[in-house]
Amino acid sequence: MLGFLARRLALAALTVLAVVTITFALVHLAPGEPMLGNAERMRADSATIARQRARFGLDRPIATQFAFYLANLARGELGESFVRHRPVALVLGEALPNTLLLGAVALAASFLLGVAIGSVQAARRGTWVDGVLSIGSLACYSTPSFWLGLVLLLVFGQQLGWLPVAGMTDPAAPEHVGPLGRALDVLRHLLLPAATLALVNAGAIARFERGALVDALGAEFVRTARAKGLSPAAVLVKHAGRSALAPVLTLAGLSVPALLTGSVLVESVFGWPGMGRVTYEAIFARDYNVVTAAAMIAGILVALGSLLADLAVARADPRQRPDA
Amino acid sequence: MSPWRLAWRRLRVNRAAVAGGVLAGLIALATIAAPLLAPADPLAQPDPVGLQNLPPGAGHLLGTDGFSRDVLSRTLYGARVSLAVGLLAALLAVLVGGGVGFAAGLSRPAVDRLLMRGVDVALALPRVFLLLAVFALWEGVPLAAVILLIAGTGWFESSRLVRAHVRSLRDSDFVAAARALGAGRAGVARHLLPHVGATLIVCATLDIGNIILLEAGLSYLGLGVQPPTPTWGNMILEGKDLLFAAPWIALAPGLALLFTVVAFNLLGDGLRDALDPRRAR
Amino acid sequence: MTGSATPATPATPPGREARVPLLELRDLRVTFPVAGGVARAVDGLDLLVEAGETVGLVGESGCGKSVTALAILRLVGPDGHIAHGSSVRLEGRDLLALPGKEMRAVRGNHVALVFQEPLSALNPVLRIGAQIAEAVRAHESVTRATARWRAIEMLTMVGLPEAERRARQYPHQLSGGMRQRVMIAMALVCRPKLLIADEPTTALDVTIQAEILELLAELQRKLGMAVLLITHNLGLVAETTQRVAVMYGGQIVEEAATEALFARAAHPYTEGLLAAVPRLDEPRERLRVIPGQVPPATSWPAGCRFHPRCPYAWERCRTEAPPLLEAAPGHRARCWLVEEPARRTRADAPPGEKP
Repeated sequence: MLGFLARRLALAALTVLAVVTITFALVHLAPGEPMLGNAERMRADSATIARQRARFGLDRPIATQFAFYLANLARGELGESFVRHRPVALVLGEALPNTLLLGAVALAASFLLGVAIGSVQAARRGTWVDGVLSIGSLACYSTPSFWLGLVLLLVFGQQLGWLPVAGMTDPAAPEHVGPLGRALDVLRHLLLPAATLALVNAGAIARFERGALVDALGAEFVRTARAKGLSPAAVLVKHAGRSALAPVLTLAGLSVPALLTGSVLVESVFGWPGMGRVTYEAIFARDYNVVTAAAMIAGILVALGSLLADLAVARADPRQRPDA
Repeated sequence: MSPWRLAWRRLRVNRAAVAGGVLAGLIALATIAAPLLAPADPLAQPDPVGLQNLPPGAGHLLGTDGFSRDVLSRTLYGARVSLAVGLLAALLAVLVGGGVGFAAGLSRPAVDRLLMRGVDVALALPRVFLLLAVFALWEGVPLAAVILLIAGTGWFESSRLVRAHVRSLRDSDFVAAARALGAGRAGVARHLLPHVGATLIVCATLDIGNIILLEAGLSYLGLGVQPPTPTWGNMILEGKDLLFAAPWIALAPGLALLFTVVAFNLLGDGLRDALDPRRAR
Repeated sequence: MTGSATPATPATPPGREARVPLLELRDLRVTFPVAGGVARAVDGLDLLVEAGETVGLVGESGCGKSVTALAILRLVGPDGHIAHGSSVRLEGRDLLALPGKEMRAVRGNHVALVFQEPLSALNPVLRIGAQIAEAVRAHESVTRATARWRAIEMLTMVGLPEAERRARQYPHQLSGGMRQRVMIAMALVCRPKLLIADEPTTALDVTIQAEILELLAELQRKLGMAVLLITHNLGLVAETTQRVAVMYGGQIVEEAATEALFARAAHPYTEGLLAAVPRLDEPRERLRVIPGQVPPATSWPAGCRFHPRCPYAWERCRTEAPPLLEAAPGHRARCWLVEEPARRTRADAPPGEKP
């Protein structure tokens, strides 16, 4: 088990290093000048710019810069944002929890919804219920998330007026609402973006769950379970469902990149103050340090997702435990 | 009957797949025939003040946008970018992925391991992040570069599938027989190619939808092919600001996207079931 | 088709007519839709099992014996279909007419199944103790702890060493023989009246096979259930059963007390099977095989289903399907030779003998 973990962590570290290297190379090789804060930029003469470049070490050869960057990284230093003049750790530290909240809620919801839909389909396979849900999950899976977000915004935000259309909190909320009120406010704002991401991802999970369940339902141990006198629901959930769990968990873990992608788009639709928006703005502003650190965090999240999926699979399926 | 004929037969009786295929074909035809079908020039702004944001109606079936351009015409022309990117990038990706997977599957273990480790790392890269960075840093990426970049970052999965397929076939009886008859590596490869071809076709078809969505997403962020050339993504972006006032501007290209991706996914699912009947359910 | 219209009733041991048999199959027909037609896997099968007795159901693979086992518990779905007019009675109760919930109360409770391949028949992701306890809780309202205790007790009874520790293991951690013991424990934990064992030893090593058979016999003595032993191996049947039914082409072709069957097989197919059994007491230069294969269940031959492979077949066999005919008291065979025994002497070679 430890050996397995060590191998996986080594691979993850390698991947993250690759992400950092590629991103670093990309941003530094790309055309364009980092905007060292708009204010300076406006009335900057070449001497000021040169001074700024020197301050951030941008005048040195790229290999040297990279060596410095890695050395700093090893000390846990992510550097400073050129644009915001604040430590990158702080800039991303504010945005990351918001993205994690959105992503985690969407992942959990899509997993539950996808497994539920797939289970109903498998139990009723070949019927019209299966057909309708098949089309529904295919449509969800084939919908551009950002567009689905706009549609939900149009329907629930504008037409019905049930939910807020943008942001994460209501700026007009009174001060005295207390922590619970604030949490509810965030929840109301979270609902639409999370639903958008969850629906798209649930489509993929439902399609997969149905297939895995139908496979499992054909297995001999399912026949044994029926021969024991278990109810169809118990057979489906406990026997077929348990054995279909491992592949679906893998899929859920592997959907982290898709959720990150989706969150960049969905955050922009709903004005959600997360990593996606910060990164997007940083790329356009050539805010090298922010971009590189954001890429690294994305790489870590992806690696973490697949690692957690592997661990969950090992729990779900004793045959796949590394020590078994 | 050859396996391809059998697969064709199975595909023909799969209603969902036939529907997907027909829909995809119609969309492709409409895209090619856009100049004939479009009621207006997609770029023409006849009266940016008087004719802007017209709701769907007789003159403009899908209404007009904020610049008084005909939404139907723009949607038809917008398909060009989506389909070009989707079809060409998917094709390129499976060719590269298939080639690498094929090579890995037939190589010595050391080479195979090296290639697949590389693919493992590449698969874990945040693809969209990198594309986003490249497209944003080099502004105004031409269409060909968009296709190359999407294909270049999208072949890892298919290389893994093809390698696994080659590996499983390599140990099978008919390959052993071919070897026993003196077939070298090239001979074995020739035996394997038709089998792997099926995997590649399925991969490519299922990839088209994903790539179309990816391109549309980047386009929605203002990256890739630039306005005024219509793409479904940048049309939705322009419609976003007018979402509450003129929702049709964003809805039309979105629905076009949805139908296109559904069509290719239905076709891909059908092909997979037809070419690998054991997986069909 | 005329086979099912036979006036002969399934063999009932003499003097027991008044009692309701434990299991009674009448005109059981099971069909499966397949590419290019309908497979009649079981096609007019009659069979009786009395309480406490051991009956062997013997035949080559593809003759429909496993489907019969599944059909008794209505587990042939979703593809298989038990035809209208079939009857499966357990102590007189028509199982085919039961609503789903009552049928489930029978499965694993009154009638239990042991399958051929314990590795695939056990759920790989659940602990074996839990899988057995689950069977208890499906039929009896007992606490989790009681069910667990019952499972361990049953595992001990089937001779699993360290039952308490093993109960916490997963199937892949056990040996093949132990897994089959687990299957048996799971089947017997609710003390069924009938145990259907479908090739229970085929997947096991020869040495383990004997152990498992011995275990089954011992448990039958202890628990007093009836056993329907399904196998392709006549040798197995000789040691453990009181009566044997031989199946061919979805039907019973011969049925008799085990001793009578081995002493004097009436059906040429049984003769062939017997000749194919290696015998220690009677060294032979070469084992015989029955020529040909079981025809596909989509197209049984006209007349007697065995006639294309039968060394004695004559014109009548090709056109007229024989009913089960009484060869001796309690001994029936679906063969015209019962009526025209003289025909047997015409070909003195049993099936498969090289000329």
